[in-house]
Amino acid sequence: MRCKVCLEHAVVDIRRHNAAFCGPHLLDHIRNQVARAIKEFKMFGHDDRLLVAASGGKDSLALWDILLALGYDATGFYLSLGIGGYSSRSRKAAEDFAASRGAKLIVRSLEDEHGYTVPELAQLTGRVPCSGCGLNKRYEFNRAALEEGFDVLVTGHNLDDEVATLFGNVLHWNIDMLGRQAPVLEERVLGGDAGTPPALVRKVKPLVRVAERESAAYALVAGIDYIVEECPMVDGNTQHLYKEAITLIEESSPGTKHQMYFGFLKRAAHHFADQQDDAVVVACTNCGAPTVAGGPADPVCSFCKTKALAHHRRDQGVTPRRPARRRRSR
Amino acid sequence: MKVKLRNPDRVVDVSGPSDVVSLLRRLEIVPEAVLVIRDHTLLTRDEALSQEDELEIRPVLSGGSR
Repeated sequence: MRCKVCLEHAVVDIRRHNAAFCGPHLLDHIRNQVARAIKEFKMFGHDDRLLVAASGGKDSLALWDILLALGYDATGFYLSLGIGGYSSRSRKAAEDFAASRGAKLIVRSLEDEHGYTVPELAQLTGRVPCSGCGLNKRYEFNRAALEEGFDVLVTGHNLDDEVATLFGNVLHWNIDMLGRQAPVLEERVLGGDAGTPPALVRKVKPLVRVAERESAAYALVAGIDYIVEECPMVDGNTQHLYKEAITLIEESSPGTKHQMYFGFLKRAAHHFADQQDDAVVVACTNCGAPTVAGGPADPVCSFCKTKALAHHRRDQGVTPRRPARRRRSR
Repeated sequence: MKVKLRNPDRVVDVSGPSDVVSLLRRLEIVPEAVLVIRDHTLLTRDEALSQEDELEIRPVLSGGSR
């Protein structure tokens, strides 16, 4: 195959664009896709301070690289989850990348901040590991962004991530989640009062126009030494199962992922958005962090409830259960 | 040819396929789910292969919490 731009030898074929690219023009193509998403969804400007959730994986490091290449003020944030050697190696990948680009990386750990790791949390609470992990990451990403004075939290969710989530939300008709699925989640203030400081920082996903395979190709061509190994806790994760199913369809019918996600945004998302807009954010009575008011006069956020349960069970000497494991998906 | 597979890491010997897509078909791997790498360089699915090649097939789908 030949590069669509320069006709030199191509290294990547992107069938949904009916194109192939050499290394340098692949980098240009992916950066252009990200720049287009930033502009199309009005994500942020060059004056904004961006905090990039950097896991050490291909998506977050590729995105961080792209934002730096596009001239944005992008700082990385790595949260150690305490998953043994996997966390050590992913942290090193994030630190090495930051050092190679002369970029700033903020590092925190769940164990230091809250006294448990993701495996311990799963064992103590009986929650599926990915569920507890996601809850803690969302909490810590928002807290770090607010404490460190960032304007926008940037995550490396790619097109496959968004399609898999959409697929799952439609399979189960999670109406409230459909209302929340967007490339930009605007900042929220406590009580909904305009003029007060944000309690939930603005969150954006600039990789929504980039498929997972394209993101990996970018990282490899850009010389990013990301962590290739899969998280050991992810076995049987439904998000992964959905991705495998969608990838099979994409292989037979290139462009299906893009059509499903951007078709949803254009033709269906507005049907679900109203419910989310009505939700009022109030302060958790335990930690002060924002939580959605659900009716009780004394709301406690999901993070605090889960953390309290974990510490309560540990204090009682409850024998940790093995985390829930489902079938291995491949 | 020697082919490195991931998660878990292992190397398998494969003989016969003359291009990338044939190799992936032989191993029952969906091309859209992987990158194929030779000497640190990505290969398109029509790239010719030789029996002396040392390749890596790297999965691109990651899962987990959101």
